[in-house]
Amino acid sequence: MHYVVCIKQVPETTDVRINPETKTLMREGVAAIVNPFDMYAIEEALRMKERLGGKITVLTMGPPQAESALREALSMGCDQAILVSDRAFAGSDTWATSYTLAQAIRKLGDATIILCGKQASDGDTAQVGPGIAMHLDLPQITYVRKIESMDEKHIVAQRLMDDGIETVESPLPALLTVIKELNEPRLPSLKGKLNARKVQIVTWHAADLNPDPKCLGLDGSPTKVVRIFTPAPRGGGQMLQGEPDELVTQLVEKLKDVVLAARG
Amino acid sequence: MSDPIQILNDKCVSCGACVKACPFDAISQAERKTIPVIDLTKCTLCGACVQACKFDAILMQAKPAADANAIAAYKDVWVFAEQHEGRVQSITYELLGEGRKLATDLGCRLCAVLLGHDVKAAAAGLIARGADIVYAVDRPELAFFQDEPYAAVLVELVRRHKPAIFLCGASTMGRSLVSRVAVPLRAGLTADCTGLAIDPESKNLLQTRPAFGGNIMATIVSPNARPQMATVRHKVMKEAPLDLTHQGKVRIEEIAFELLASRTRRVKFELEVETTLNLSEANIIVAGGRGMQKPENFAMLRELAGAIGAGVGASRAAVDANWIPYSHQVGQTGKTVCPKIYIACGISGQIQHLAGMSSADIIVAINKDPEAPIFKVATYGIVGDIMTIVPKLTAAFRAALGK
Ligand SMILES: Cc1cc2nc3c(=O)[nH]c(=O)nc-3n(C[C@H](O)[C@H](O)[C@H](O)COP(=O)(O)OP(=O)(O)OC[C@H]3O[C@@H](n4cnc5c(N)ncnc54)[C@H](O)[C@@H]3O)c2cc1C
Ligand SMILES: Nc1ncnc2c1ncn2[C@@H]1O[C@H](COP(=O)(O)O)[C@@H](O)[C@H]1O
Repeated sequence: MHYVVCIKQVPETTDVRINPETKTLMREGVAAIVNPFDMYAIEEALRMKERLGGKITVLTMGPPQAESALREALSMGCDQAILVSDRAFAGSDTWATSYTLAQAIRKLGDATIILCGKQASDGDTAQVGPGIAMHLDLPQITYVRKIESMDEKHIVAQRLMDDGIETVESPLPALLTVIKELNEPRLPSLKGKLNARKVQIVTWHAADLNPDPKCLGLDGSPTKVVRIFTPAPRGGGQMLQGEPDELVTQLVEKLKDVVLAARG
Repeated sequence: MSDPIQILNDKCVSCGACVKACPFDAISQAERKTIPVIDLTKCTLCGACVQACKFDAILMQAKPAADANAIAAYKDVWVFAEQHEGRVQSITYELLGEGRKLATDLGCRLCAVLLGHDVKAAAAGLIARGADIVYAVDRPELAFFQDEPYAAVLVELVRRHKPAIFLCGASTMGRSLVSRVAVPLRAGLTADCTGLAIDPESKNLLQTRPAFGGNIMATIVSPNARPQMATVRHKVMKEAPLDLTHQGKVRIEEIAFELLASRTRRVKFELEVETTLNLSEANIIVAGGRGMQKPENFAMLRELAGAIGAGVGASRAAVDANWIPYSHQVGQTGKTVCPKIYIACGISGQIQHLAGMSSADIIVAINKDPEAPIFKVATYGIVGDIMTIVPKLTAAFRAALGK
């Protein structure tokens, strides 16, 4: 069994602002963490390995600094880490990112299951997981909340949809995207931390992936960001004043029409 | 492979104009007199620096211009019609409302794509909401959503009929599905849009979406690829009005058997009992946090929700305490919602919670701590104890709404 976990390094808080004078993103001093949803993916891979044996590879595409995210995964108990990094990947959107990660998984050759977070907290697209599955022509189970059973060839998992819970069976290899309900990520152990320091992180560049250059970076990205801006500030916040009964009367007066319209 | 963007040392005068112009903080200058450096991991190749440079010192690889004829072959605005057990979801009507505007601006048709089984009634309903054509695939294999056949059929239909724009709801189903459609089509896909418009000059679709939990907005285009695909957030666009006189055609599409195969298999589906309302579709949400103090107190919120026709949401603190299932969690690691009214009861308003609800039209905060950060985003704030305020509010609404 070979479990591959795709993780992304993201800024610790989403509280990034645009400097009103220079109109640039202010990201200074914001620490980087492993994308919260990806922590559940790492944890689940560890549990799968505990049950079924095998090895876990963590994979990230990003700048050299993303190595620290890989180290964190290693300290939780993952076996090997691969950083996919190259200037040729600059400007990648989700199409090119999922292509590049898919090429890396192809190069690994023997992935039994690929785990991704539901979405990354910076872009919130939720597109990369299904994108990887499609590039590799694999089945997928998105929003996994529970693994019911799993062996070398099959998995049965529950996924959380808008209106309920679907139980799905899939042959392996397959790609899963996971949500918070799935598990509680463990803290790194001391042994894990020591081990993480010893493991050599493998770096793959574009040339290592045998890619179609037209699918990488700028050329491989059909979308293009043309503008970023601060959302319009929220209109006139108002603190209601008075005794509880007065407060409630005021509020109902203000909301009544909207409530009637919203109820249709 | 050379870098896609470069500063030409012989032309650059180190004026720093590009450093200021970069919206992504990707260009830096060690000192005033040194040649700036572009951090390719942050650069999105938006071209703002190229425009700002008066010395033509920044060279950006031009993307091969798209074949204009190939682009022109793609017409019409398409809306993916999401149905559950034959019922078309309200997000679809919102997409048709927005799609109509885009189709008018482009002078093209508005079409809906409907996959399912026994879809006649649903197809007629889509025409009454403004669709000029409904491309329908009516097969038992498509009765309920399955990622693989749904994606394969949509790819096939896009190849057949070549829409310029393809819109889909940013629902759990939509987001699971469309990425699989965009990949083989090599189409640009923008997630979770809250604003769509046609650029008057280029006729491209301008797709605006929040990023970093709503702290910034980004406008995205896919100039050289078709269709221009986007998922759209619930409750931001206005529903197309019902018009029974609107004329349209239903075209039943034949699909090769192979495209209907699925490697995954549904074992069972359990409708969630706790939710009477799907949170992302709710116009009004009443949400509770740690301030609710115990699970029994959520009954109070359900009463209020019942009185005003709302769904019930929760902060992560309430979910982690097992007071309410995870499917109700709003925020960065839960759901993103955009209702008309969001009533936050005993929620402090941490950034991760705000990430999921700060785009609601009206935010009401009820909290006993006047310093709680939720008041910074609240349209109406009430400092008080939920145990007193919420029951009174329920009673007052019942009286006012005549129920
Ligand atoms: C990676 C990560 C992801 C996260 N994702 C999410 C997410 O998706 N969603 C989310 O919500 N959080 C998320 N969080 C957690 C978030 O940071 C906060 O911890 C959480 O939102 C707090 O929930 P709360 O407001 O209910 O609780 P608290 O912060 O404890 O606030 C409770 C509030 O209730 C008020 N209160 C108490 N009693 C009463 C009363 N009787 N009457 C009136 N008011 C009262 C208090 O004054 C207080 O303001 C995440 C955190 C991390 C680190
Ligand atoms: N650059 C990346 N490297 C590795 N995995 C990624 C990367 N970007 C996204 N992913 C994976 O895809 C998931 C969804 O990301 P996104 O589509 O960006 O919201 C994440 O939770 C990760 O598991």
